[in-house]
Amino acid sequence: MSIPYLSIISATPLVAAIIIMLLPRERVTWPRWVALAGAAFSLILSITVVAAYKLAAGGYQFLETHSLLPSLGIQYALGADGMALAMVLLTGIIIFAGVLASWDVKERPQEFFALLLILVSGVFYVFAARDLFLFFLGYELAVLPMYLLIGIWGTGKREYAAMKLTLYLMLGSALMLVGILAMYFAGGAQSFHLDHLRHVQYSRGFQITFFPILFLGFGTLAGFWPFHTWSPDGHASAPTAVSMLHAGVLMKLGAFGIIRIGVEMLPIGAQVWVPYLALFTLVNIVYGSLVAMAQTDLKYVIAYSSVSHMGIVLLGICTLNPIALNGAVMQMFSHGIMTGLFFALVGMVYGRTHTRVIPDMGGLASRMPFLSMAFVVGGLVSLGLPGFSGFVAELLVFLGAFRVYPLLSAVAVTGILFTAIYVLRVVQKMFFGPDKPAFDHVGDANWVEKSCLAILMLVLLGVGIYPSWLVNLINSSIGPLTQMLEVVR
Amino acid sequence: MLEHAWIIPALPIAAAALVGLLGRRINRFAGWITSAAIAGSLLLALRLMWDVLAHPGVKEITLPWLQTAGGLMIQMGMLIDPLSSVMLVIVTFVSLMVQVYSLGYMAEDEGIGRYFAFLSLFTFSMLGLVLSNNLIFLYMFWELVGLSSYLLIGFWYKKPEAANAAKKAFVVTRFGDMGFLIGILVVGYFLNTFNILALGDAVKAGKLAGGLATAVALLLFCGAMGKSGQFPLHIWLPDAMEGPTPVSALIHAATMVAAGVFMVARLFPLFAASETAMLTVSYIGGFTAIFAATIACVQDDIKRILAYSTLSQLGYMVMALGCGGYTAGMFHLTTHAAFKALLFLAAGSVIHAVHTNDIWKMGGLCRSMGITTAVMLIASLALAGVFPFAGFFSKDEVLVSTFLAGRMDLLFVGLLTALLTSFYIFRMFFVVFAGKPATDKHAHEASWVMTIPMLLLSILAAGLGAATAPFGHFLQASFGAPAMETEYHGRLIPALATLMAVLGFAWAYLVYLQKAVSASLLMRRFLPIYTLLKNKYYIDEMYQWAVQRIMFVVSRALAWFDRNIVDGAVNGVAWLCRLTGDGLSRLQQGRLQTYLIMFVAGVVIIIMVVLASNPTVLAWMK
Repeated sequence: MSIPYLSIISATPLVAAIIIMLLPRERVTWPRWVALAGAAFSLILSITVVAAYKLAAGGYQFLETHSLLPSLGIQYALGADGMALAMVLLTGIIIFAGVLASWDVKERPQEFFALLLILVSGVFYVFAARDLFLFFLGYELAVLPMYLLIGIWGTGKREYAAMKLTLYLMLGSALMLVGILAMYFAGGAQSFHLDHLRHVQYSRGFQITFFPILFLGFGTLAGFWPFHTWSPDGHASAPTAVSMLHAGVLMKLGAFGIIRIGVEMLPIGAQVWVPYLALFTLVNIVYGSLVAMAQTDLKYVIAYSSVSHMGIVLLGICTLNPIALNGAVMQMFSHGIMTGLFFALVGMVYGRTHTRVIPDMGGLASRMPFLSMAFVVGGLVSLGLPGFSGFVAELLVFLGAFRVYPLLSAVAVTGILFTAIYVLRVVQKMFFGPDKPAFDHVGDANWVEKSCLAILMLVLLGVGIYPSWLVNLINSSIGPLTQMLEVVR
Repeated sequence: MLEHAWIIPALPIAAAALVGLLGRRINRFAGWITSAAIAGSLLLALRLMWDVLAHPGVKEITLPWLQTAGGLMIQMGMLIDPLSSVMLVIVTFVSLMVQVYSLGYMAEDEGIGRYFAFLSLFTFSMLGLVLSNNLIFLYMFWELVGLSSYLLIGFWYKKPEAANAAKKAFVVTRFGDMGFLIGILVVGYFLNTFNILALGDAVKAGKLAGGLATAVALLLFCGAMGKSGQFPLHIWLPDAMEGPTPVSALIHAATMVAAGVFMVARLFPLFAASETAMLTVSYIGGFTAIFAATIACVQDDIKRILAYSTLSQLGYMVMALGCGGYTAGMFHLTTHAAFKALLFLAAGSVIHAVHTNDIWKMGGLCRSMGITTAVMLIASLALAGVFPFAGFFSKDEVLVSTFLAGRMDLLFVGLLTALLTSFYIFRMFFVVFAGKPATDKHAHEASWVMTIPMLLLSILAAGLGAATAPFGHFLQASFGAPAMETEYHGRLIPALATLMAVLGFAWAYLVYLQKAVSASLLMRRFLPIYTLLKNKYYIDEMYQWAVQRIMFVVSRALAWFDRNIVDGAVNGVAWLCRLTGDGLSRLQQGRLQTYLIMFVAGVVIIIMVVLASNPTVLAWMK
């Protein structure tokens, strides 16, 4: 019996959450250490599975199967291929950095860290699930703590934001559930296992009907235009670590679902629908970056920039082209880390300046050199500067997309110009210019914050300079997937 | 040496990383570390050029970088041929001069460590660009060059003008890069390779022709227009002088602006495949040459004069390339690198001494700053194209290339530009160095770390012309170089060019030294033209208008749309749900009588519906 790596990775945060709740209440610093230990353990194991994955063999590895509800065909089935492992690694990195970024949470730290870890456990399960029921369960496990985290620890219109976000995600999950159940029943109501469902010959009509339902369900989560408006409000109100996880990982979960369940299970439906959906992703990219340009609240800028960058992910998916699909998953990883970096920085800057309004800031570079440098790095990744992961991802998406939709891709490239404009404007207004007396006493990052940011920046740089290790991992999933699409065509 | 060529760019980036990571602790040694690294690169680059001279030809070294399903394969690699080896020497030499000069110029700046790290990053990016063997890597280093210039132009980030200029430089060049990237996508799609050698073969095999060839060439040229400041993407370069002066020397001579010209030379077969594209390129170059020269004639800021001069000279290079003058364009790039770096370093020395950029606040500096005056004179003579200085030979080649291409209109433009060039540079020279000092403050000559680089550069600015013929023959062995153009041995063009230089000199002499003609009278006589030139043809204002009145308006409109229409719909749905809920909840009043009435009414309705839909009942009713 081999070690059930995926179960350990997924359950560790849950166990840590339970331990945190059992800690004595007066020990206010203990929860964060337990949370950090749990996150570190999951991260180390995530790195281990990525290293242990046999690229040559490919396919799903680290399989675990236990019967859960035999009468309904529900199994506790885990397994991961290259794409899923990339996402598991992303989640591991983000939660580790997220705990570091929340190091100074003063209000009810026990509940905060416990809920955060429960959420992450759900995310891990989604990425590792081979059973659709488990997949859905993990998803719900991730969404519900979000409501409490924003409602209790949020800022601004937090109740409105928490409610809006949760309802939106519920709408998405309702659509998902419709699709999942339809697939289950059309497959003879025997099993939720993806291997079983994959061999069901869904009729053309079925696929054409249910692909868009699944796409919209998952797409809502991925910020698909026009179902993206939960994101700016949600991010603006969420506490730092929640924004990081939400934009960094949960949005990717939507894109992951589209590929894993939508495209992989319903390939004919996908081929019929993607040309139309691709037009919407163009709106995502260009519209998102133009709207980001007009924002004055830092979190709104980053939220809309996420809408724009997720548009690149969705465009990549909508090509069904192997190069662009590789790019899409790369972008999921890259954007996850980058946006984690951004939201961590926003939290740290806000903690010092007590404002998120961009025109109110200025001259911060001399006050907080490290934070400024990190922000510039994030900005450069965002505008697709070579040497960082974002460039590789966007390049792959554009290269692939150009083969399928030349004109549309050429228009999408304008997004990189608008991104450069708003990113550099924000950098200039926040960090450059003369010193402002209001910020005379703000300091630079402490070592906890520095390590949080440094980890994220190193990952962005590492992937950007030598992308092969990650691309090969992703490609081991995308290759077979696109071969299957060719056969179906 | 060839297989170790990667060390040339590796040294500066290693030094940059070292200095960057160690931070302020080693501020004092930062410049020495990076200068030493670049000196090492220069020695290796010279050695490499020696090897290439001994065995001319094209060599390629590749390593796999990225591979995906769907047949995408990107290799990282180096292309070593005479063109890249010459560029390596130019870049490392000018960089070293700038670094050494900066040791003196920037000595008192508190951010000196950061400065040298950025400077080395700049050199690294440019060296990588020069060595790239494929379009993807060319583009990558291309963007890094843009980043480095952003960081250096905005080095004094507390100055709002510097921060603005940095952003402007990045965004304007990015605008061009967008076309470049689309061009790369088109090339990848139709030719299925990014390798520069393979692209050349594909062009030879006739896979790129007609409208496609024109489109590809012009899209790629967009990138060059941005980086090399060709009209209408030239607006960032004059503002870029907000950076420290040695940075301007680097940007204007060896790195940023040279990238565009180099790219056209590197991808020459792609351009040569389309007659239309070549024509467009040459006219854009010619227009930029004369357009920028006219602006340079009326500027008051010493660095601005030099900036517009750079634009004009870049126009020459691009014009030559567009006329098929491959070696002419590259040779002018080389000599220009020497004399323009020198002009900027000398200007920096002046600014360092008098603490102003305004030429009217200088004057009479020849008495106190002998070395600076001498090198500035050499550089000015080279720029004006006076025999036997370097600029004479390269400008002559440029003009000859237009003549050989049969574009007499461009030859005329080139000659006119030569006249203007000579005028504006001697106007500057006379106002700054001759006449009476404008202030009582006594200016001092700079320290030796600043004068030695200037002296070395002035040797090149004076003597590079001797290398004209060998340079041409050497470059002919480059990949992409067209077969030797028909030789021109006429005397007419050099004679005309010299006449123009003399006329320009005389004009400046009469107006600004002899004061035979009053400058202010001229200005008043030609006030509308003067105002137009002084305001740089209002191009900046037009951009400003487009950005403020179009882009930001669209952006704000979309933001409003998103908040009020898209999100309004979302909130509207929520509101509708609540309204429905409220309405329906009215039914639940808790009064038993109402419930009973509704129950009975419901039963009656159901019975009637059932009866009415029953065929037998229907038949009976009839």
